[in-house]
Amino acid sequence: MLRKFSHFLVLSVVMVFIMLLMWGFTGNDFMNLGNFQSMAYQMPELGVLSLAMMIAMLTSGINLSIIATANLSGIVIALILTNTLSADNGSAGTIWVVALAILAGLIVSALVGALNGFLIAVLDISPILATLGTMIMVSGISIVLTEGYVISGFPPAMLAIGNGDLLGIPVPILVFLACAGVMSVILNNTPLGTRIYLLGSNPVACFYSGVDNRAVLFRTYIISGIYSGVAAVIMISRFNSAKADYGESYLLLTVLAAVLGGVSAAGGFGKVSGLFLSLVILQMISSGLNLMGISNFLTLALWGIVLIVVMVINYFIENQQQKRRIA
Amino acid sequence: MKRLLTRHETYVFLAIVAFSIVITVINPSFFTLENLFDLLKSYSLMGTFAIGMLFVLISGGIDISFTAIATITGYTIAVLLLKYGESLNIVSVFLIAGGIGILLGLFNAAIIYFFKIPSIITTIATLNIYYGILTVVSKGKWLYGFPTWFGDFNNIRVFTLYTPDGIPYGLSIITVIWFALILIGWFILRYTILGRSIYAMGGNPASAQRAGFNLLGLNLFVYSFMGLMAGIGSVIQALLVQTVAPNSLVGKEMDVIAAVVLGGASLTGGTGSMLGTILGVTLIAIMGNGLTLMHVSSLWYKVIIGFVILVSVGVSAYRNKRSTRKHIITEVN
Repeated sequence: MLRKFSHFLVLSVVMVFIMLLMWGFTGNDFMNLGNFQSMAYQMPELGVLSLAMMIAMLTSGINLSIIATANLSGIVIALILTNTLSADNGSAGTIWVVALAILAGLIVSALVGALNGFLIAVLDISPILATLGTMIMVSGISIVLTEGYVISGFPPAMLAIGNGDLLGIPVPILVFLACAGVMSVILNNTPLGTRIYLLGSNPVACFYSGVDNRAVLFRTYIISGIYSGVAAVIMISRFNSAKADYGESYLLLTVLAAVLGGVSAAGGFGKVSGLFLSLVILQMISSGLNLMGISNFLTLALWGIVLIVVMVINYFIENQQQKRRIA
Repeated sequence: MKRLLTRHETYVFLAIVAFSIVITVINPSFFTLENLFDLLKSYSLMGTFAIGMLFVLISGGIDISFTAIATITGYTIAVLLLKYGESLNIVSVFLIAGGIGILLGLFNAAIIYFFKIPSIITTIATLNIYYGILTVVSKGKWLYGFPTWFGDFNNIRVFTLYTPDGIPYGLSIITVIWFALILIGWFILRYTILGRSIYAMGGNPASAQRAGFNLLGLNLFVYSFMGLMAGIGSVIQALLVQTVAPNSLVGKEMDVIAAVVLGGASLTGGTGSMLGTILGVTLIAIMGNGLTLMHVSSLWYKVIIGFVILVSVGVSAYRNKRSTRKHIITEVN
């Protein structure tokens, strides 16, 4: 309990620190509504993908196929949209086609999730290997489907998801908040959530307390797949196109975001609130440096440094607490 | 015979034989010395990285950052070659790249050991740090136009044969370097106390520590060895393509890990062998090469590789499950 609380505290302090730092460096360029709005457009892609990564990590697994899954379902959505909506762009039926296309995309991502679940839960393949295999295979399928080309040109209804706003609040951040809310409910208020934490901290104990570990793992990876599909919707809408290798650099960043947010790599620990703070921190660094005109790649380096610094702080806090407990 | 059947390597080897037969039937030019030497040369890079990765996996860790390390070492030697090209030689280039690689690997190991941060997290962070800083410093520029001796070294063959058309081919010096590294790695793992302690640490770090193994030293060695291989790999890459680009290696981490794991190394540590790793790299190599020779569209390449990985890890997981079940039964009896 104390451990999780302290991590949240550390993150909050780091967040305020970085906010002040960015404010100090860029002045009112950083502290204004416009900047926060643009941050709210940029954060959700990585955010939803990180949620997909997080739930797999909670069971002490990992899902390396999230980006590949997202690209595949993005491509399925794009193919449906571009093949059915070439002529009539403004008609009333468009919105239904968009909805159906998105549904199809989510089903595809759920199927990839189910494949992962089958490999991990039933065949007992270690998650990192199983999802590495599906990652390569699924991205291969995307390449075959698109022949390596970009698919672009979506109807306005589709573009609104990534670029529109409701009462000044960007739609993508609303989607992300909804996803985070649902994830939080799943983890905190359902039997599945309790079992996920239990399975992550001790699979053997979990099994002997009557939990069907296989069913839990299976569902975990399906949920992880569906979240990748949601990320795909935001992603292709923002880019107005789909491609087999979009966002590949996000893969390790989702692990980074999750771990920074307090998700333990060994499983069993981690809260949606922590992940949220970590995403805000990462986004503030990236936006702030961007305002200062500093290369994106330095952002990557700083993200890495922040991760290590936070992990080191945690290490010292934990040590301190352990000493106190012994004393 | 029975012992052979229980070994993972046997199955990988059988898969390689099966693939080779299929490819040769479809396109006989697969089974020629010329193609073999070509393959050996072009997969020396992946093979070199795989040696380092094997050590890390056996020790129970993982290193994602090696591509970024190789990018840094490759870029450094490229800059040096362009500046002081004529006063350097191949040995000094390898030494510089290897030295920097070792330093960066030591940094990884220190963070992993002293702050008890899981290796996957640490190396994801350092991957971003190394790669980010390098890309900023290099501004993403490609470097080429190295001294002629550097290009000539790439074309050295230990022995030369000629095709009927008079085109020369043969065993490249680069392949020889890779083979030498394999031998060194194999010797360390198999015949030195150091190698055996790496297995011990990977199998069970807590008991290894109580048994008196120096975990700090082992960690430092394993990750700096990975760094050394990354450094040497970067020189091989520069030799092969005669160009150094900051973005040519990062993103290929998983290919190398997949090859080593195909060869039977376990991600939980304690198992894995040099022979298996070579077979894993070979399997990936002949699949890539074979698909091209069979005129399969390159679009299908990843689908097939992914499928083979899934089948392979599936089969070995299934065999593991069966053997543990047998084990339990015999224990009960």
